[in-house]
Amino acid sequence: MNTIEYFKERFDLLQSVHKDSGLDIIRQKAFNTFNKMGIPTTRHEEWKYTRISGLFNKEYQFPVTQTATSLSQKDLDAVRLPGHEQASELFFINGLFSFPLSVVRSEALVVMPLEEAAKNEYKDIVSKNFGHSSNYLKDGINALNTAFVQGAVFIHVKKGQIPEHPIYIYNITDARSGNILSQPRSLMHISENAQVQIVETYTTIGLEESFTNQVMEIIVEKDARVEYYKIQNDASHTNQVSTTHIRQVGKSYTHTVTISLDGGIVRNNLNVVLDAEYCEAHLYGLYFQQGQSHIDNHTVVDNVKPNCFSNELYKGIIDDNATGVFNGKIFVQPQAQKTNAYQSNKNVLLSDTASVNSKPQLEIFANDVKCSHGCTVGRLNEEGLFYLQSRGISEKIARSLLLHAFAVDILEHIKPEPIRKYVDKLISERLEFDIT
Amino acid sequence: MLTIHNLHAGIEGKEILNGINLEIKPGEVHAIMGPNGSGKSTLASVLAGRKDFEVTEGSVEFFGKDLLGMPPEKRAGEGLFLAFQYPVEIPGLSTTNFIKTAVNEIRKYRGEEPMDALAFLKLMKEQMAMMDIDQSLLSRSLNEGFSGGEKKRNEIFQMAMLKPKLAILDETDSGLDIDAIRIVANGVNKLRSKDNAVLVVTHYQRLLDYIIPDFVHVLYNGRIVRSGSKKLALELEEKGYDFIKNEIDVSEEVNQ
Ligand SMILES: Nc1ncnc2c1ncn2[C@@H]1O[C@H](COP(=O)(O)OP(=O)(O)O)[C@@H](O)[C@H]1O
Ligand SMILES: [Mg+2]
Repeated sequence: MNTIEYFKERFDLLQSVHKDSGLDIIRQKAFNTFNKMGIPTTRHEEWKYTRISGLFNKEYQFPVTQTATSLSQKDLDAVRLPGHEQASELFFINGLFSFPLSVVRSEALVVMPLEEAAKNEYKDIVSKNFGHSSNYLKDGINALNTAFVQGAVFIHVKKGQIPEHPIYIYNITDARSGNILSQPRSLMHISENAQVQIVETYTTIGLEESFTNQVMEIIVEKDARVEYYKIQNDASHTNQVSTTHIRQVGKSYTHTVTISLDGGIVRNNLNVVLDAEYCEAHLYGLYFQQGQSHIDNHTVVDNVKPNCFSNELYKGIIDDNATGVFNGKIFVQPQAQKTNAYQSNKNVLLSDTASVNSKPQLEIFANDVKCSHGCTVGRLNEEGLFYLQSRGISEKIARSLLLHAFAVDILEHIKPEPIRKYVDKLISERLEFDIT
Repeated sequence: MLTIHNLHAGIEGKEILNGINLEIKPGEVHAIMGPNGSGKSTLASVLAGRKDFEVTEGSVEFFGKDLLGMPPEKRAGEGLFLAFQYPVEIPGLSTTNFIKTAVNEIRKYRGEEPMDALAFLKLMKEQMAMMDIDQSLLSRSLNEGFSGGEKKRNEIFQMAMLKPKLAILDETDSGLDIDAIRIVANGVNKLRSKDNAVLVVTHYQRLLDYIIPDFVHVLYNGRIVRSGSKKLALELEEKGYDFIKNEIDVSEEVNQ
């Protein structure tokens, strides 16, 4: 079992090996928090419906130093996304960023170890922004990632530049010879007037269990534009807590799409902090779960400054014994007048044993705002089913068409075409009917 | 082709159809008229296989086969088509993909190969032109945001694509202006042949000026209370449904 003592031992080892990286103080502080809070249990308000503490009853290997991977070229190729020939490809193996495997294919990008960035010309950016997510995620699991930050990456998109192709980030866990805990960590800085598309996936190779505890923090400067796509389709013996923390510090635009198709227990934290006037944020999500899987999307939109706009739409299809959780917080701080914030969560349950818990949470401290939220949980539209069947379409295919139709208004927000087609294909395979 | 015998059907224990008898032969056009709430849509829905309604008595044969035992898609495969009174909006499903799937599913049912993509496109464009449907509707979600008239024309367009043996039109004329009624009627008349039949359900007789029926039936309180020729429709138009209602209600009182 990975007890606190075990983590302490590993932590001391890490601190002694990586002294003086500029991050050791941050790690120490986070470890103290972890030590105090531990792995969150369902008694923690934000973890009421997602039970991860039990996952730590087993032993995980927990690499703290990078060794050359024994994964074959074939293993790696199987993970690559369509369009990878042009994309900049970044690899994490067991939570540690791999420079040998990663390829940067754009002059607009700077990619370096976070330890380095913490000391060189980017050190102000790092010190101002690294760990900002812990202001929003007050739990031991976020602290655990920070406590062991090592092998993390700093990604910088240069001022006014637009990489022609997306950045693909592959989080690979090699669980061929034991249970693995991997903790990828990255800090992205999108400079003024820059634009970037980021696509991220998670793959466990091997049959042992994996637990991925990821934190990505993204800072978005004035007039920058960011699209972020998270695609989760890992095997059912894998679990993850995946945090994406976006902070818009200048008038900027962000667009995130979170697609969750498989995995054991998947918890996503998506925070969007609108820390400048006239920011715009779009948050889309689609989860399609079956078997015993559990998906939890916790989102936060924090309106810190006035005149921001946010729109959030999460849609879910839950089958078999799968469970879904949606928790959407919108904060409007006292000074954030003229906020426009919209949120909607729509669910279709396909079986009697599927369930979903949907909770919007609006905390509005300003008076001149427009906010709305809504959630629905229902069955597949019987009227629509009959209509399609009456045209000669079998019930099975009619169901597939209706579910695909339900997913479409999320899919169409995936802008890079190869990725949209790829996700569409995954969904069509799940539905056993390809409409195209 | 269609033989309805003593059909009783209802919903949640409430009886709506009270013993319908009707025989439709190839080549014929039948009209069913009747006041609102008399059961016209229920009859159409039961024939098409809507699950909400429960058949409590009677039988329906379609080309000698037990229609009521078939799921809706099989009925369509056998050649039955219902133009819905309220076509369903399906956001996210494009009209093209929908029609393509329907056409090929029906072909599959009939043991035919899927239609070649080019031939399909050509046929679709022809039929759309005939129904005066704007091409832009094709890439839009099925019925979503269509006007009332567009929805009804889209129903007849689907009919033209699927080429049924028996087309049931449930109030396809309601909400249409006279030009649209002509277009719809023209679409239906194109389908007519000695092998096909049409059952027109309508509240008003004006559609029957364009789709001339061989028989007119009056449905009231879930029963066909009167059958006649085209003249019956004109009579109803002139005197209104009250005269039928009064007649029936009086005779029912006498019978009790
Ligand atoms: N889904 C339903 N649930 C309950 N009652 C219904 C339903 N559909 C129809 N009815 C009732 O059945 C009767 C006949 O309705 P309908 O067949 O729609 O009549 P028409 O098409 O002739 O106007 C009406 O009294 C109507 O209220
Ligand atoms: Mg009706």
